[in-house]
Amino acid sequence: MKAAVVVFPASNCDRDAAVALEQITGHKPQMVWHADSEVPEVDLIVLPGGFSYGDYLRCGAMAGQSHVMRAVKEKAEQGVRVLGICNGFQVLTETHMLPGVLMRNAALKFVCKPVGLTVTETQSVFTRHYKAGQRVEFPVAHGEGNYVADTETLDRLEGEGRVVFKYAPGENPNGSERDIAGILNDKRNVLGLMPHPERVCDPLLGGTDGKAMFESLLEALS
Amino acid sequence: MKARVFVTLKNGVLDPQGKAIGHALNNLGFGSVGEVRQGKLIELALTGSDEAKARADLKEMCEKLLANTVIEKYEIEITA
Repeated sequence: MKAAVVVFPASNCDRDAAVALEQITGHKPQMVWHADSEVPEVDLIVLPGGFSYGDYLRCGAMAGQSHVMRAVKEKAEQGVRVLGICNGFQVLTETHMLPGVLMRNAALKFVCKPVGLTVTETQSVFTRHYKAGQRVEFPVAHGEGNYVADTETLDRLEGEGRVVFKYAPGENPNGSERDIAGILNDKRNVLGLMPHPERVCDPLLGGTDGKAMFESLLEALS
Repeated sequence: MKARVFVTLKNGVLDPQGKAIGHALNNLGFGSVGEVRQGKLIELALTGSDEAKARADLKEMCEKLLANTVIEKYEIEITA
């Protein structure tokens, strides 16, 4: 499996993503700078966490207009898998590659802590190594992770099995509607989630619950 | 030419920041303050003197970047 990690100015989880990918796939991912207008031939593109362009205007708004995102969008339309983590999820909603929007946390506080999640969908290349209903723990670190969409969109996401992760009951850290933590696009090749699977791929970092996501991708894309 | 763009949340979209501002004003003794909604003001200097073109351009700017129309609405004002 060949992977690329996009690097925006003020991305700060790009290296975490690269380390996790290399550890699990055995190959170093290619790092792609935001000003590049081409993305190499890869099976997976990761949009990492961080504060791209200083979160100016809105989180992900500037990154959404960058050269590289035009190329990412094209690749996604061709079926290449795209994983947006945290700020990457915000970028995906800003480019309308995923529906809805991530608003300021309901309590107006930046939340940085491990959070329990339920894997609500295993029929995807991102989650096939998890068990349906499995509880996992990923860290979150965001001030704007409050997922909002209209009722029709929420019903469709749930009805089509596109809500992949939910915050475990009572653990919603940001007020997201229906406890939504991660969603797929309609073609199921683009996943955006606020929690950080790449930060829990090594026991030294406090957990390995994120590994199964990269192992799922490795199996599906090798 | 100068223009102002006001970006605000659509009606019905929850505004926790506005709510916090409202609470703070109440705590300062401004008991008359009810619901507060906050937004952004963007001031732009534009070249050219064709107001209709400027309005059309500004609309496109709002749709493409300045507002996220999933949750936000915008108003355009040509000031000079």
